[in-house]
Amino acid sequence: MINPAKLKLTGFRRADGRFGIRNHVIILPVDDISNAAAEGVASLIRGTMALPHAYGRLQFGEDLELTFRTLAGTGRNPNIAAVVVIGIEPKWTNRIVKEIKKTGKPVVGFHIERYGDLRTIERASRKAKEFVQYATELQREPFPVSKLLMSTKCGESDTTTGLSSCPTVGRVFERLTKAGATMIFGETSELTGGEDIIQSRCINRKVLAGFNAMFEDYTNLITSQGVDLLGSQPTEGNIRGGLTTIEEKAMGNIQKIGRCEVRSVLKPAVEPRGKGLHFMDSSSAAAEMVTLCAAGGSVVHYFPTGQGNVIGNPICPVIKLSGNPLTLATMSEHIDVDVTGILRMEMNLDQAADAALKSLASTINGRLTAAETLRHDEFVMTKLYRSA
Amino acid sequence: MKHGILMHETDDDVGVAVRDLKKGEKIGAVTLEGKSAGSVKLRENVPLGHKVAMRDLATDASVIKYGRPVGRVVKRITRGAHVHVHNVKTLRWHV
Repeated sequence: MINPAKLKLTGFRRADGRFGIRNHVIILPVDDISNAAAEGVASLIRGTMALPHAYGRLQFGEDLELTFRTLAGTGRNPNIAAVVVIGIEPKWTNRIVKEIKKTGKPVVGFHIERYGDLRTIERASRKAKEFVQYATELQREPFPVSKLLMSTKCGESDTTTGLSSCPTVGRVFERLTKAGATMIFGETSELTGGEDIIQSRCINRKVLAGFNAMFEDYTNLITSQGVDLLGSQPTEGNIRGGLTTIEEKAMGNIQKIGRCEVRSVLKPAVEPRGKGLHFMDSSSAAAEMVTLCAAGGSVVHYFPTGQGNVIGNPICPVIKLSGNPLTLATMSEHIDVDVTGILRMEMNLDQAADAALKSLASTINGRLTAAETLRHDEFVMTKLYRSA
Repeated sequence: MKHGILMHETDDDVGVAVRDLKKGEKIGAVTLEGKSAGSVKLRENVPLGHKVAMRDLATDASVIKYGRPVGRVVKRITRGAHVHVHNVKTLRWHV
């Protein structure tokens, strides 16, 4: 059995002491109308990546806070070496810059008003060029697994995820907990039917009360719409794969945390404090959830899939695990860890966990995941309610 | 006898087909830990990943998987039958 503490891991040490496993220079638009300028810079300067998105205007309250937290958290993520922020006006742009600057990494903001797109692109590109040359000089160095912050969420689940890929991640998370790593899971609505298991894992009453509040809030949101989630939970893909009810899906989902305890509950896109497993209140939609984890500082993600969810993330490498033989036979280019041996009764969960840990180590050390090579760069922000 | 059904717990009401199973086949079931959980004769085709009833289940009974109720029987199920949305519904989210 592979002990994660013995793995040789290398990454980029950032000024705040955290380690990244990638070394991106990103061009981060504050709002939807700054996407064009951000993409303009990324198309001019080699080694940069724009993260266009759909929001950032006329949001208010908790929804606006979440957008700020997601954008700032994305820039703060240790996989990012340096950030160019572009917004339409200076005030919100500076707010994002200020949050990212706290990590000590290079960051600069530009606003478009009084300059126009073309002059903004030129000014931002000069800075982006400097940042790329700075980032490409940085060297990887060894770091202990106790410095690792990673996340998990499954997708296009079926009965095989509950039998193979999810419990594989559960075994790995048990070992990572012992080795002192930090992990995030979430998917609030998808715990329905197994919420008592999560409740029983909360380390104290405060964590339990926090979890209950988040879970009830999500349940109330769903019922306030006058609907149930039949048709959405389980999804049509889940049903095709043999999952019948949300409870059955939840039980498969929960296998991902093994026997780990829940150390804290986090609002979406909040960075965890302290080691072990943390619950993040989040949607179960794959791209939204991974984007929130990455904004919470996760540098790598385990994604068990049954029917074959193809999601990736631009800044947080997504490792796909599947135990569904049909998925491996038809779309293997998306899968990093093949655990179909469990269904053939040729592989046990400890062997599967070893395979998942080997893949984790090679991904950390620089090997691109399937989703990275296939350009799956889904950056999708969670919107809590409509804009003003 | 061929093994073709995986179960989470030996006492679960349902097991999962690990390949496409054909009507009339006699199929052995094992748990994830490799423990034998008996066998069942298929009453209908059950595709890979779908569930097979390991015993008769009356209407309104809970369906046990992972050693826990994961749904409610809405149409009587006989041992060896395909168990899915046509005969089991959620115990939650009643409208």
